[in-house]
Amino acid sequence: MPLDVNAVVLENRRLSDAYSVLLLDAPAIAAAVQPGQFVMLKPSHGTDPLLRRPFSVFEVLRNADGAPSGISILNKKAGVGTSLLYDVERGATIACLGPLGRPFEAVRPPSEAWMVAGGVGLAPFVTLATRLQQLGTPATLFYGARTASELYYVDLFERLGVHTVLATEDGTRGTTGRVTAPLGEALQASGDDASIRLYVCGPTPMMRAVARLAAEHERACDVSLEQVMGCGMGGCYSCVVLTRDQPSAAPHFVRSCVDGPVFDSRRIVWEVLSH
Amino acid sequence: MTSDLSVSIGAWRLTNPLIAASGCFGYGVEYADAVDLASLGGVAVKGLFLKEREGHPPPRIVETPSGMLNAIGLQGIGVHRFVAEKLPELRALRAAVLVNICGTTIDEYVELARILSDAEGVAALELNISCPNIKEGGITFGCSLTGTHAVVSAVRKVTRLPVIPKLTPNVTDVASFARAAEEAGADAVSLVNTFLAMAIDVETRRPRLSNIVGGLSGPAIRPIAVRMVYECRQAVRLPIIGMGGIATASDVLEFLIAGANAVQVGTANFVDPLLWPKLLAGLQDYMQRHGLTRIAELTGTLDTSREEHAWISS
Repeated sequence: MPLDVNAVVLENRRLSDAYSVLLLDAPAIAAAVQPGQFVMLKPSHGTDPLLRRPFSVFEVLRNADGAPSGISILNKKAGVGTSLLYDVERGATIACLGPLGRPFEAVRPPSEAWMVAGGVGLAPFVTLATRLQQLGTPATLFYGARTASELYYVDLFERLGVHTVLATEDGTRGTTGRVTAPLGEALQASGDDASIRLYVCGPTPMMRAVARLAAEHERACDVSLEQVMGCGMGGCYSCVVLTRDQPSAAPHFVRSCVDGPVFDSRRIVWEVLSH
Repeated sequence: MTSDLSVSIGAWRLTNPLIAASGCFGYGVEYADAVDLASLGGVAVKGLFLKEREGHPPPRIVETPSGMLNAIGLQGIGVHRFVAEKLPELRALRAAVLVNICGTTIDEYVELARILSDAEGVAALELNISCPNIKEGGITFGCSLTGTHAVVSAVRKVTRLPVIPKLTPNVTDVASFARAAEEAGADAVSLVNTFLAMAIDVETRRPRLSNIVGGLSGPAIRPIAVRMVYECRQAVRLPIIGMGGIATASDVLEFLIAGANAVQVGTANFVDPLLWPKLLAGLQDYMQRHGLTRIAELTGTLDTSREEHAWISS
């Protein structure tokens, strides 16, 4: 059952002039959230902009006793709503509905989990990495960004026992170019008897490329899609994604809020996924 | 003491005037975890054709000032799957179900009405003759007086369920369509559906919706919808289900006073799916403050005596 709380902003950490991490006081949602789930945040108190926006839960915040006390979200300025959330100050309240959506299913050892993140697509992986650490599953994060200063929270993943493989387009940190290059090499080098599941979130071209690599190497691959959403509850049918349940089946639209945001990459009709 | 919020739409008795609007509430079951469906006056389910439909490609919505455009294209599971898969659950949840039906021909509306009249758990039929987002059928009936009359009278002949055509605002004189519906034997009218509208990305010079045009809803349209309900109240004796941008109890009351007997709430449910108890509490509060016992008595009580006087003397 989703909860709607008027969450107090505990802190808004500006990471750059585009990225911020918004910490929200929302213990009930924090206690209920599963890896990869999202919340719907209302960026204004009035009617403009009108709708809420979906955000992956980034971290689950805990108090001194270790009990869930709130959540954070990783926000990147892209439009009106995300700009308002970038500017919001401590003490403000934000309507926060969640947790929502189909979560990641974390694999257990001896399987390995390889997370692949591009830019703000890092957002759903802290909760997944935390679960993987609890399960003792070996985990790797392939993480790409434009430049070194936009690779955030790498140390957090390392503290969660995640092996990190980094790439920047300008070569300022890690491999030069896209993160799909080191991922492709690692898949090539992995043994046939290894069980690896890929988890992907990032720009559509990146997810499409990773889905192709996963198919070539016959690895399971879950993608977390970010679509424009109206309600997050399955009511409006705006966030649909074209899917095929079988390769020969006719494609049909499914709602990414309730059937996703996490999908088996083989279901997605990638040619038409536009944003 | 709580006031009596019950209202009547013809023979259909509603425990309160709040109905979840078609197209904004899925098939109702999506909200069962969050909302007590039995606490609503009614649940208008997503528009159904005889067959399944895929709808339009995304992007299907875009925000506009205090509103949104949608062009979903009536994606849906079709009436047979609805009756088999959704209606039993809605019955178990004790929802009063208003089924919104849409056809490309009068025969299809008649067939849908027959099927739903035989199904258990349908409170009323809402005839979607006003969806702006599909080329075939629907709005072609809603934009023609003879078309509206023809589809309403054809459905009227085959069902004992309340028949409620949903009117489009995309006509010159919506009241004349309410009159056509009344003459054809409708039990009520619901209005307004969305306003045909569009938005353009000037950087790319491309439309923001894949369908190019869509329907505008949300608070932006509320004053126009209130005016249209008011005009229809002058024109017909039929019960009216008013809608268009309702988000608060005050908005509900505005429609009732303008002449609605009940209301539908759509876009606001996207913003706040848990708004229903707040709306009911707000209505109760108003009733107490104004010493009213029955909300049904509010319908059409707009006092224009001073305004008429001002007009005469000007």
